[in-house]
Amino acid sequence: MNINATLLAQTIMFALFVWFCMKFVWPPIVAALEQRKKQIADGLADAERAKHDLELASKRSAEILREAKEKAGDIVSHGEKRASEIIEEAKVQAKLEGDRLVTGAKAEIEQEVFRAREQLRTQVSAIALAGAGKILGREIDAKAHNDLLDKLVAEI
Amino acid sequence: MSSEAHTSAEYIKHHLQNLTYGQLPDGSWGVAHSAEEAKAMGFWALNLDTFIMSLLLGAIFMLVFRSVAKNISTGTPSGLQNFCEWAIEFIDSSVRGSFSAKNSMVAPLALTIFFWVFSMNLMDLLPIDYIPLLMSSLGVPFFKIVPSTDPNATFGMAIGVFLLVLYYSIKMKGLGGFVGELTLQPFGKWGMPVNLLLEGVNLIAKPISLALRLFGNMYAGEMIFILIALMGGAWAGASLGSATLYGSQILLSLGWAIFHILIVTLQAFIFMTLTVVYLDMAHQEHH
Repeated sequence: MNINATLLAQTIMFALFVWFCMKFVWPPIVAALEQRKKQIADGLADAERAKHDLELASKRSAEILREAKEKAGDIVSHGEKRASEIIEEAKVQAKLEGDRLVTGAKAEIEQEVFRAREQLRTQVSAIALAGAGKILGREIDAKAHNDLLDKLVAEI
Repeated sequence: MSSEAHTSAEYIKHHLQNLTYGQLPDGSWGVAHSAEEAKAMGFWALNLDTFIMSLLLGAIFMLVFRSVAKNISTGTPSGLQNFCEWAIEFIDSSVRGSFSAKNSMVAPLALTIFFWVFSMNLMDLLPIDYIPLLMSSLGVPFFKIVPSTDPNATFGMAIGVFLLVLYYSIKMKGLGGFVGELTLQPFGKWGMPVNLLLEGVNLIAKPISLALRLFGNMYAGEMIFILIALMGGAWAGASLGSATLYGSQILLSLGWAIFHILIVTLQAFIFMTLTVVYLDMAHQEHH
């Protein structure tokens, strides 16, 4: 328990240990701790950012989906409209065509009637002529009375 | 009980004697074989047990931490690295708590003090007769296993801390500022002698309190261990009294050892914290 040179030896040893610790032990460990702290902080920040991105992406996808639905709805309604338009057009055209056909048929019928009447008239006049000729006898020359006959025919 | 010690007084003395290397009375150099011889060696002697144990413990601490520091990875820490990181963060946060100036030396200093003192104190928990018995069988007369029960070790460290306090006081405040702090307060310049006396005591008290607190605690603890060990040594045949003493030695040494786990850690922590506080005061400008 005497105070002796051990005192000096211990002081020197203490100084050397502190120096060693300060030089070779403390800095690398603290640096590693700092670096890990930074890595963890970065990781957390990345996770935060990814979460944010995900939120944005899901919002954007919902928007795109909504737009697509809207567009599809537009297309369908447009298609329906167009279909009804086409049907209307077809109806109008068919009506026109029908009218045209009816008009044509009517005209033809009229023509036929006219022709038949003409023929009838000719035949009637011929019959009448023949009748008259038979009635008047042979006196009446067909040639001499042609003008009269024609006029008669036109009148009938 | 050591084979050489026959009475309780001899046993205690034997356990409290350092292995001292110095100049023997006949003029040759060697190891003192009695307390009187060790005393006669004067200042220029070395307590080999203190020196060797503290060097060994310090070296183990340094090697462990150095091996971790060399292979440190920033990934998931495991095992020893985990422990060292925990220790460093613990020291770092407690230094941050009590040291406000910027100095890259203080935290490593605190780490060294804590683990060195802790490991030296921890030797207290080894059964007190094992090492001296082993050493005496090797022909070594004394071996005090706990370096912190040697005032040379505690004062050695305290002097180191004191030199740092002086160095940083002068570096931060200038020589004039430091002298002014010692002489111009608390009573102004007309009370200079009184001021110097008060502040001088204040200054000197720092290393002395550091060293004596640690030494006193560990020395007293060691003494209790020795006294407890004497109880079983009083075995005198198979009587009820002997059996009671023997049993109480086991119980008491167990209890004291468990209590000492606290003391060992606490004393290391106190030494470290006070060092940091003293250095913080050295860095601070008062006026």
